[in-house]
Amino acid sequence: MSAIVGRRRTLPGFGLTMGLTLSWLSIIILIPLAGLFLKSLELSPEQFWNILTSRRTLNALRVSFGLAFAAACVNLVMGSIIVWALVRYRFPGRRLFDAIVDVPFALPTAVAGVALTSLFAEKGWLGAPLAAAGIKVAFTPVGIFVAMIFIGIPFVVRTVQPVLQDLDPEIEEAAGSLGASRWQTIIRVILPSLAPALLTGLALAFARAVGEYGSVIFIAGNLPNVSEIAPLLIVIRLSEFRYADATAIATVMLVVSFVIIFAVNRLQRWAQNRVPAH
Amino acid sequence: MTIEVKNLVKKFGSFAALDGVDLKVDNGELVALLGPSGSGKTTLLRIIAGLDWPDSGEVTFNGADALAQGARERHVGFVFQHYALFRHMTVFENVAFGLRVQPRAVRKDEVAIRARVKELLDLVQLDWLADRYPSQLSGGQRQRIALARALAIEPRILLLDEPFGALDAKVRKELRKWLRSLHHEINVTSIFVTHDQEEALEVANRVVVMDKGKIEQIGSPDDVYDNPATAFVYGFIGESIVLPVEVANGAVSLGDRPLALAADGLSPGASKLFVRRHDMLVGPPGTGAFEGAVQHVRTFGPVQRAEVALFGGETIEIDAPRDRELRAGDRVGLEPRRYRIFAG
Repeated sequence: MSAIVGRRRTLPGFGLTMGLTLSWLSIIILIPLAGLFLKSLELSPEQFWNILTSRRTLNALRVSFGLAFAAACVNLVMGSIIVWALVRYRFPGRRLFDAIVDVPFALPTAVAGVALTSLFAEKGWLGAPLAAAGIKVAFTPVGIFVAMIFIGIPFVVRTVQPVLQDLDPEIEEAAGSLGASRWQTIIRVILPSLAPALLTGLALAFARAVGEYGSVIFIAGNLPNVSEIAPLLIVIRLSEFRYADATAIATVMLVVSFVIIFAVNRLQRWAQNRVPAH
Repeated sequence: MTIEVKNLVKKFGSFAALDGVDLKVDNGELVALLGPSGSGKTTLLRIIAGLDWPDSGEVTFNGADALAQGARERHVGFVFQHYALFRHMTVFENVAFGLRVQPRAVRKDEVAIRARVKELLDLVQLDWLADRYPSQLSGGQRQRIALARALAIEPRILLLDEPFGALDAKVRKELRKWLRSLHHEINVTSIFVTHDQEEALEVANRVVVMDKGKIEQIGSPDDVYDNPATAFVYGFIGESIVLPVEVANGAVSLGDRPLALAADGLSPGASKLFVRRHDMLVGPPGTGAFEGAVQHVRTFGPVQRAEVALFGGETIEIDAPRDRELRAGDRVGLEPRRYRIFAG
């Protein structure tokens, strides 16, 4: 009661919520990450460097980050189109499609991996016609790419959806009556208005794909240097009791992911400033 | 530019938003479409702009078929009720938009675009806001920027949808005057939609009163106020006294009292008599068509508003000048100076 009487805000609790925030973030995120760094400090800089620059590590990192970025870009394009259809049009089954978007969130990743693998295997429903066309998906990097697209799509859709719902269709009419073609309306009016949300969606889909393990290892084939993702290499090193090696790779993944997410965040902030909230 | 609309019909499902509308707007006019919500006025405006399409009917600009063109080709400036400014662009870029999206062959160079935008911002007296974003402006400022943006393309026609609807009363009054003088200055054929009668009567040269997808009356502001053509217009524009009267055998009666009013050309049956409050002239008892007793009197500046219980059963409020003070209990005679009787 006394807090309500005081001169503070109507809802007291800055101290309480801030304290909880800091302790919770520390326990859940910061302390485990610090442990990761400490463990990797057992290595000398030279050893650390050697682990990182070994061919297998570099290839695994390249596969993870490269394919994750490519998958996030595909999700950005396709996700935007899906959002547009879901938000701007009313059609039978719209709610069903809207719900389907969330399936990759909810499905256990191993189930997704097994399902995708059997679908894209050489005798699978999609794998067979693709194999006939000379494209192998399962047990190749293409398979990893497919799995990463699968798990990333809801992130783009769910981030952009509320922003597009807020975007008044009148601005399209305004652009049209001012003489803009459809293409000009999309490029000059709609995309810039959605840019911050699109960048957030891209970053989230990318981060999810980089960290994905469960669905990828089933479809990847896991050939060292070809279709082996970095998280899998970490697990392999752990099972060989080479803990320091594992933490070294993990540390690099962490740093690279952090740098990329931070950069996207800045980009998003920049785009956001160009679209100040009402 | 003359705009002509012929027998326009537009249905949304089973609801007829426009039910056979004919309208002609002459070059340089400033016309108000006035009506309650759902009367079809915004639909009519959007069809003229090319943002909506009629089920049947014609729209011509200077005699040429406008329905053959999309909004992009019609060269119509449209100001949206909620402005629809591009929020990721500065005020300057918003106004420049229409110039920048022109086909390369006719597009002005950067210097000319800057000069034109500057000119428009001066016209709406907001040149000092060029670098702001729409979210940093007040409602009235956004409205004027939306107008400047629509004028940038040198439209043949200017259409405004509830231009002052979202503004507070004081800003609205200022902008009304400003819009009138702006129209005087640029003299482009303009149509605006409003549900506010005061706005329509004050700003427009001509008022089109609409209800339920049909045009009820077209006329000058004085005309629609002084000579409403239908019961709807009487009820919608200005405040009126409505009395249930009976027309029979060439005579009009209120309750059981016959009234000394001409019944020529009226169809017999239950009818409604409409008269403006200030058109009821007060005289001594025994003069005038009605007689009654004053119940209350309140004064508002130059007028006194009296509640009068008529003999015949109705109580009405009249506005009388203060040259003759009324008091509660007075018996008075009332003569309607101007009135209409409509069947129903």
